[in-house]
Amino acid sequence: MTDTKTLPPQNIPAQTHPAKQILMMLWRDKLAFCAAIFILIVIFCALFGAPLLEDVATKQNLRGRNAAPFDFSKDWVFWLGGDALGRPLLARIVVASQNTLMVATGAVVVSLAIGTTLGLIAGYTTRMGSQIIMRLADVIMSFPSLLLAVIVLYMLVPSVGNLIIVLAITRIPVYLRTSRAEVLEIRERMFVQAARVMGASTNRIVFKHILPVVFPTLVTIATLDFAFVMLAESSLSFLGIGIQPPEITWGLMVAQGKAYLTTAWWLSFWPGLAIILTTLSLNLLSNWMRVALDPVQRWRLEIGKKSNG
Amino acid sequence: MTAFLQKRAFASLISLMGLVVLVFFLSRLTGDPTTLYLPVDASLESREQFRELHGLNDPILVQFGRYVGDLVQFDFGMSIRRSAPAIDVVLQAFVWTLQLALITMTLVTVAAIVIGSIAAFHIGGVFDRIATFFSLIGASAPDFWIAIISIVIFSVGLGWLPTSGTGTVWHWILPIAVLFIRPFGLILQVVRGSMVSTLSSAYVKTARAKGLRNKPIIFVHALRNAMLPVITVIGDQAAALLNGAVVVETIFGFPGVGKLMIDSILQRDFTVVLAAIMVTAVAIFVMNILIDILYAVLDPRIRY
Repeated sequence: MTDTKTLPPQNIPAQTHPAKQILMMLWRDKLAFCAAIFILIVIFCALFGAPLLEDVATKQNLRGRNAAPFDFSKDWVFWLGGDALGRPLLARIVVASQNTLMVATGAVVVSLAIGTTLGLIAGYTTRMGSQIIMRLADVIMSFPSLLLAVIVLYMLVPSVGNLIIVLAITRIPVYLRTSRAEVLEIRERMFVQAARVMGASTNRIVFKHILPVVFPTLVTIATLDFAFVMLAESSLSFLGIGIQPPEITWGLMVAQGKAYLTTAWWLSFWPGLAIILTTLSLNLLSNWMRVALDPVQRWRLEIGKKSNG
Repeated sequence: MTAFLQKRAFASLISLMGLVVLVFFLSRLTGDPTTLYLPVDASLESREQFRELHGLNDPILVQFGRYVGDLVQFDFGMSIRRSAPAIDVVLQAFVWTLQLALITMTLVTVAAIVIGSIAAFHIGGVFDRIATFFSLIGASAPDFWIAIISIVIFSVGLGWLPTSGTGTVWHWILPIAVLFIRPFGLILQVVRGSMVSTLSSAYVKTARAKGLRNKPIIFVHALRNAMLPVITVIGDQAAALLNGAVVVETIFGFPGVGKLMIDSILQRDFTVVLAAIMVTAVAIFVMNILIDILYAVLDPRIRY
C-alpha cells in the first residue's frame, strides 16, 4: 500500500468494498467462478435438498428397475435414470450429498482446529511438548492414511461420527506441520517482537497477531484437503467399511452400482461424476485462493483494473 | 553414514512401537477382544475357551508383554479363515503387492521425470498441458471410479483386457494404469517446478552459453540437481500407493495385501489384519531409510 503514494493520482483505484473486490477477482478467473457456483449448488443440495427429497429418494418402484437415463417423459428426478430398486438416481445423489459433505466438513473442521492449535503450540514454545507433538505427527504421517482408517474402523463401529474422527486423525499432521513452520518464521518478525516488548501475553500474541497471518494459508490447504477427505471417505464407503446402508454417500452408491456395471452403467457413473465435479471444483478453487489470498501474486487477478502490476 | 542409519532405524523402531501400542490398546480397550478374533456367531463357550487359551483373562500389562514377545518373533497366530499362520498368508500376498507397486512406481518415475522435464523446458507447450491435465485428474478423480469405468470401457465394451484376476501380462495392465494416475500427476508437478527453478540457475546458463545441446543440458546437468525434492515426493507417493492398492486390488481381484486386508476385515479375521498392518509398516520404514541413502548418493554435499 505504501508504494501507491509514488504513483500519479489517476492510477489509484477507488476503494471498493472488500467483498466486492473478492467477487471481482473470482469473476476474472472463469474456471474458479464456475467451480464456486458448483460448490454453492452442492452445499444447497446438502442443506435443503436432502430433507425435501428424502421421501422421493427412498420410494421403491420395482417396475422402474435400472430405468435408463435421459428419459424426459418421466418425472425430473428420473432424468438420470433409476437404481436397482427403481429409486430415482438424481434424488438419491442429492440426498447422498448430505452425508458426503457432512463427513468431509466434519473431518476438515476437526483436523483444522486440532492441527492448528497443536501447531501454534509446537511453533511458539520450544519445550518438550513440541518435540512430542512432532514425533506423534511423524508416526501418523509415516503410515498410509487409508490403512490407518481401515484398522480403526475395524475396531470401532463404522458410523458418521467415527468416520469423521478417523479421517480427522489422518489429516491433523498436515495442518500441524504447516502452522508450525509458519509460526517459526513469523515469531521472529518485527510486529511480534513489538507486541512482546509491549507486554502482550503469549495467548494474545499467538491468537491475535500470529493466527491471522497463518490463516489464509491454512484455508487454502483446507479447501484442497476437503477434496482429499471426500475421496478418502468415498473409498472407504466403496470398500464397505465406511458409511453403512441404509445411509447413503456417493462412494457407497458407486459400490452399489458396481454389480450392474455391464447392464446399467449409469448406476455407478453419476455418483462418481458427482464426486469428480465436486473435488475438481475444490481443486480449482484452492488454486484460485492461493493466488487471491497472496498479496504478492494478487495482481494477476486484479490486472483488468490497471496494467502496471 | 552408519551412525546416521542407526539413528534412523532407531527412530523408525520407535514409530513402529507407537503403532504396536496403538493397535494393542485399541483392540483390547474397545470392548471384548474375542469379538475381534472370533467369528460373529461364536458361542459363549468357545469365547471362554479362547480367553483361557490366549490368556485374555490375565492383567493387561502381562498380556501386552506377551503380545510384544510374539510380535518380535513374527508370530501373529493362526488365520481363522485360512488355517495357516497369518504371517505366511500375508507375506504371500505381499509379494504380489510389492511387484505391482515396484512396476507402477518405476513407470511413474520415468514418465514423470521425462515429461516433467520437457514441460519445464517448454512452459505452456503440449507437455505442460499434459502435466496440468494429469495432476488435476489425479487429485480429483476417485481411483475406484476410474477403475470400474475402465473395466466397462476396455474389458466389457471393447473386450481388449480381462476384467480381473491374474495369470497373463494383460491382467496387469488395468491395475497398473489406474494406480499410475495419481502419483504420476503429483510427481510430474514437482519435477516441473523443480526443473523450472534449476533451469534458471547460473550453471545451466553457462552450459547453454558454451553451446551444449538441450538434451544434455536437461538430462545431464539440470536433472541431477532437480532430483532431490522429487525423491522426497516419490517416497511419499510410494507409501501412499498402498492406499490406491487397497482399492485397485479389491476391484481387479488382485491377490495382494490390500485385497487380503479388506477380505480379512469383512470376514473378521483379526490376526491377518494385524499381520498385514505390521508387515506394511515395516516395509514403509525400510523404504524411508533407502530414500535417505539415495539422497546421499545423489547429492555428495549431504553427509550424515
